[in-house]
Amino acid sequence: MNPVVHLSNAVAVLGQFPALAGADLSVQQGEIVLLQGPNGAGKTSLLRLCAGLLPLARGEAIVLGCDLRTQRDAVRRRVGLLGHANGLYVDLTVTENVRFWGATVSATKAEVDGALQRMGLAKRLADVPVSRLSAGQKRRTALACLVARRAELWLLDEPHAGLDAVGRDELDATLREATAAGATIIVASHELERAGALASRVVEVIGGQIRPVSGEVG
Amino acid sequence: MLRVARLVAAKDLRVELRSRVVTNQVLPFAAIVMVMFAFALNSDAVVSRVAPGLVWLATLFSLLILVQRSFAIESADGATDALRAAGVDPAGIYLGKAIALAVELAALELVLLISAVVLYSTELRVGGVVLLVTTFVAATCGLALVGTLYGGLASGVRGRETLLPLLLLPVVAPVLIGATRATESALGTGGATVADGWPWVGLLAVFVALFGVGGTLAFGPLIEE
Repeated sequence: MNPVVHLSNAVAVLGQFPALAGADLSVQQGEIVLLQGPNGAGKTSLLRLCAGLLPLARGEAIVLGCDLRTQRDAVRRRVGLLGHANGLYVDLTVTENVRFWGATVSATKAEVDGALQRMGLAKRLADVPVSRLSAGQKRRTALACLVARRAELWLLDEPHAGLDAVGRDELDATLREATAAGATIIVASHELERAGALASRVVEVIGGQIRPVSGEVG
Repeated sequence: MLRVARLVAAKDLRVELRSRVVTNQVLPFAAIVMVMFAFALNSDAVVSRVAPGLVWLATLFSLLILVQRSFAIESADGATDALRAAGVDPAGIYLGKAIALAVELAALELVLLISAVVLYSTELRVGGVVLLVTTFVAATCGLALVGTLYGGLASGVRGRETLLPLLLLPVVAPVLIGATRATESALGTGGATVADGWPWVGLLAVFVALFGVGGTLAFGPLIEE
């Protein structure tokens, strides 16, 4: 089976500085891969490269069967990136946000309702403005938007940041459910114990390169 | 592209209906500007003579706030980045935001025109109604298109609050001139006739066409940077 992500000697540059310096990574469907490493090591750059937001300077990058050099827009439509911000409209309700992001890929009402249901947002929180949600509830809403967008590859940057214990447990359960439903997830996190328990594989990003910690890389 | 434009426009207008920033802040601001002009000029004859220009100046000042607001709702929780990451058609985003901005501007201009009638004793002429409406439609479209383009340009840079007026005001000068002259003709200010106003509407139409096409093409690369 073709990998969902295949990076071979991938080099990316941020301004004048190298963000990735020959990264090799292969991720199969249904995996949860944890990226660990110090600040500035290239974790976020790796996620942004896979999302088609950071241009590939050299090497090869195939995401969801599409070459990032020539099919960047096709990749973007199928990938969901959740960075430090949630990408939500705080004056709109949970349902309105999920409906908006779903509509960008012409999601049906059933798909939007399904996304809300899957994230536990369908009943009590559906009509609550995002500005009134807790950090964990906002994260869940953002993930519901990814589900409504039918994202096949989830790229999550510090998804546990700002969540309390309950919120973290809920998030982990959500991610496990997502992979069971066919999604592939790459998580960048400093919370090694928690994210490590969730991940099927852990890799270390150091100086823009990738080294295996558990499982096989490349 | 049009589907995305409809989606973004509906979203922006829904955000404004919820937050009521336009009705509770921008409209009162515009009304205060009109009153301040009257205080500063302190002469009924002068105010009445320059009323069209004052209406459009107040519109431009309010436009700056509306454009800042339009992009603030995108940047508040990283939605601009999320739109890019989701591969949403940038031309659709541009047109959608411009449509929403045009609707808000149209509401604002209506209030300003009513203010001019009340505060400056401006008289509306039946013969000039078609020219007046056409002028307002063309100028509103022009301001919305150029405002959205420069709002997108400024939204990604540091100091955007101060940079936007610096970039935007010189570019909208043709709209200010064209809309003011055409409005003077529609209202018969200073003896101007309706026929004098149509060439200025032509200028506004050219401006709309230029920024409509140019903005649609340029907005993608612009937010990509």
